[in-house]
Amino acid sequence: MKITRPEVEHVARLARLALDDGEFDALTGEMDAILGYVAKLEELDTDGIVPTSHAVPMENAFRDDLVKPSIGTGTALRNAPEAADGCFRVPRVIE
Amino acid sequence: MNYTDMTIHELHDRLRAGEVTSVELTRAHLERIEATDGAINAYITVCPDEALAAAAAADARIAEGRADLLTGIPIALKDIFLTEGVRTTCASKILDNFVAPYDGTAVARLKERGAVILGKLNMDEFAMGSSNENSAFGAVKNPWNLRTVPGGSSGGSAAAVAASQAVATLGTDTGGSIRQPASHCGVVGLKPTYGRVSRYGVIAYASSLDQVGPLTRDVEDCAIMLQAVAGFDGADSTSVDVPVPDYRATLRDGIAGLKIGLPKEYFIEGLDPEVKKAVETAIAVCRNLGAEVVEVSLPHTDYALACYYLVATAEASSNLARYDGVRYGVRSEENKGLIDMYSRSRAEGFGAEVKRRIMLGTYALSSGYYDAYYLKAQKVRTLIRRDFLDAFAQVDLLLTPVAPTAAFPIGEKTADPLQMYLSDIFTIPVNLAGTCALSLPCGFTAEGLPIGLQLIGKPFDEATLLQAGYAFEQATEWHKAKAKI
Repeated sequence: MKITRPEVEHVARLARLALDDGEFDALTGEMDAILGYVAKLEELDTDGIVPTSHAVPMENAFRDDLVKPSIGTGTALRNAPEAADGCFRVPRVIE
Repeated sequence: MNYTDMTIHELHDRLRAGEVTSVELTRAHLERIEATDGAINAYITVCPDEALAAAAAADARIAEGRADLLTGIPIALKDIFLTEGVRTTCASKILDNFVAPYDGTAVARLKERGAVILGKLNMDEFAMGSSNENSAFGAVKNPWNLRTVPGGSSGGSAAAVAASQAVATLGTDTGGSIRQPASHCGVVGLKPTYGRVSRYGVIAYASSLDQVGPLTRDVEDCAIMLQAVAGFDGADSTSVDVPVPDYRATLRDGIAGLKIGLPKEYFIEGLDPEVKKAVETAIAVCRNLGAEVVEVSLPHTDYALACYYLVATAEASSNLARYDGVRYGVRSEENKGLIDMYSRSRAEGFGAEVKRRIMLGTYALSSGYYDAYYLKAQKVRTLIRRDFLDAFAQVDLLLTPVAPTAAFPIGEKTADPLQMYLSDIFTIPVNLAGTCALSLPCGFTAEGLPIGLQLIGKPFDEATLLQAGYAFEQATEWHKAKAKI
């Protein structure tokens, strides 16, 4: 076993996914199979190999610090599920 | 010949000659969508008013003699591209009501040239899938056989071109999502080099792998579309500031003298015999045209899929953290406070495959597993990239199948995620290496399903890829076949 149901439940909490029982059952089996498959990477000796985070080598991309127009509050809030007083409105944060 | 069956370059000549107007072309395509999309389901959103207004503006521009190659040409976009004022869903329930506040760079560049945007195309949710069965808006059907998948994730982009519902389309390719559907639908598809086309305004799946590219009827159209969208963009810090050549200028330079490598790891057991035969015939065509063909090796090929499913899911789990029911998208009605609201909105809004990949990626990045999975995969990615650079020290291009089989029946692989992932074994290594590749029609199965040929080029050498593809296309008739729909 690569992964157990309690571990899957822990990962779901980290990922902020309120999954149901059926989903936990299915995911435990599927993740176990996929993790079993990707374990083949262990066959390769990668000591001293530099990891690739981007395929095209690049340095930090700098630009001049200029003020440019942005979309503005009205447009930014247009897709919000709830907005009030020019802000995104969310449920109570401190319980 | 019908106007809805023609290429960009053919239509451009007719628009300039005044034989047809963009408004007429646009109407013809809207009627075609109306007549066929009940069966195909390639479009999530059709924009008749916006399209006809753009067509009228294009006709005025043509009359003034200021026509670009794309002016007045009806095209469509995968629903992953932000389009100002038009719903952009990424085929997810979580973005069901999202109206994009601005145009992404590729879209803005197409609009500047006067292209007419017909609408937004179906896809696998958040570009995660190889069959287009993972859409919240229903599966797309393959125009060549409605019981088979069109491939994915840009299945709508490929099916729309094959079904004459758009002259050309844009898709995105993270592990094969342009090339595999292009292959399954018998159209041309190009994944440019990572950094060649701006990703600004493209909804992110796996940011170090995602790349924008065209799906078209022929290679010349592919060159025209790439020319329009390629080039550095200050709004995407990963777009690369290298010159963009004139792709049509070298298109007719031929394949003679080019050295083509056949990676021996791609001609393996499990490759469908009909696909193998079609690709072998294509190799003979290239030889007859004067290309030198040699065997090469990409020794880490067998590890690419495992590497991809760690890198891509890790990046996806991070990218998709933004869908939390606060700034946009769907919010769960019931909740017990903020964290519960996030978790319920995400659970209700995302489909099964998206949840699976978020979970896998979160696990690979979580404390205690990061080194064993994510860092290990990044190191293996270095080995895979080196394989390609070593091969390109010997040859100009690589030639492979696009997919191990032609299009498979709808429902065949949905129960087994790993089987579905294996559809992409020949396309995924290219994304990990960050280079460019072209998918071209090269034959049909006995059942009449298209087969695709993949040409892989050196980083930023799309020009040679298009040149070789054009020579192959001129020597064959496969791209002229039409789906009967």
